[in-house]
Amino acid sequence: MTHNIWLYILVMAAVTYLIRVTPLVLIRREITNKTIRSFLYYVPYVTLAVMTFPAITEATQTPLSGFLALAAGIVLAWVGVSLFGVAVVSCLVVLIAEFFLV
Amino acid sequence: MNDNRACFLRGMKDGIPIATGYFAVAFTLGITARSAGFSAIQAMVASLTNNASAGEYAAFALIAAGASYLEVAVMTLVANARYLLMSCALSQKLHPSIPLGHRLLIGYDVTDEIFGISVARPGYLNPWYTYGAMAVAIPGWGLGTLFGVIMGDILPLRAVSALSVGLYGMFLAIIIPPARKSRIIAGLVAVSFAASYAVSRFSLLDGISSGMKTILLTVVLSLAAAILFPVKEEEQQHDA
Repeated sequence: MTHNIWLYILVMAAVTYLIRVTPLVLIRREITNKTIRSFLYYVPYVTLAVMTFPAITEATQTPLSGFLALAAGIVLAWVGVSLFGVAVVSCLVVLIAEFFLV
Repeated sequence: MNDNRACFLRGMKDGIPIATGYFAVAFTLGITARSAGFSAIQAMVASLTNNASAGEYAAFALIAAGASYLEVAVMTLVANARYLLMSCALSQKLHPSIPLGHRLLIGYDVTDEIFGISVARPGYLNPWYTYGAMAVAIPGWGLGTLFGVIMGDILPLRAVSALSVGLYGMFLAIIIPPARKSRIIAGLVAVSFAASYAVSRFSLLDGISSGMKTILLTVVLSLAAAILFPVKEEEQQHDA
């Protein structure tokens, strides 16, 4: 079962573009259905949370260093550190932790 | 005409911090793309045609696991579903007379950040402002991915391991601040972590790909939240 990477890219790009452009082209009025609005509102939080854990503990050389990066990321984001800052410090935590763990 | 030019330049200026952030995040995305078997050029083309961190990451992870085209399409749809809501909101910022061509172009780069600065403009949006930001941000995103794939080959394992969590750090920076403001979102994030962990450990579900688990968890948990805690209009405004 071999897959063509260019075809994957085409599928990804087409789906992503349609999601973005369809409302801009078709919808000139606001969506009023409360459940649909709420569903769309919650989707990013659930998707990103599900993709982050436990995957972050599996991406690193040791689960503990990934877990420490998760804890640091949550604390920093909680106190309002920027997106870029949280990403950089998470990386540094893993780098430092793995000097001791690996 | 002059007005369009001024808007474009203003958009470029506002796009600079977005581009630097994109470069760093796309770099870690490139590392993921490399592990999915993408060449540097393929990964850059994927980034230039998608402009979506979580969506691309989810798709790369699935492709690495040998998923079907349909699975990748559904995963991309779910991971990027939030752009549907953003585009709905952005459609309210466009003057009804804005022609189709502009709508097709703006739709190319509705990201969390570009949407954020575009929707924050006073009054109706001048599309040229968004184009200015896109002109700076999109190359940052594409080049970051390119270098991520190239450098991922050269960098020691220790550095790749560290950089691979950068993307998760970015995800946390998106979901945690709203969780601080809303107990419902905080609870939802906690439940999502727990459910994701439980599903990954539940051996009866081993036959289902990790991407499909993400899709199912997202639909079930978001729908449950939407039914149990319908969002009031004022709360949605904070999300921009």
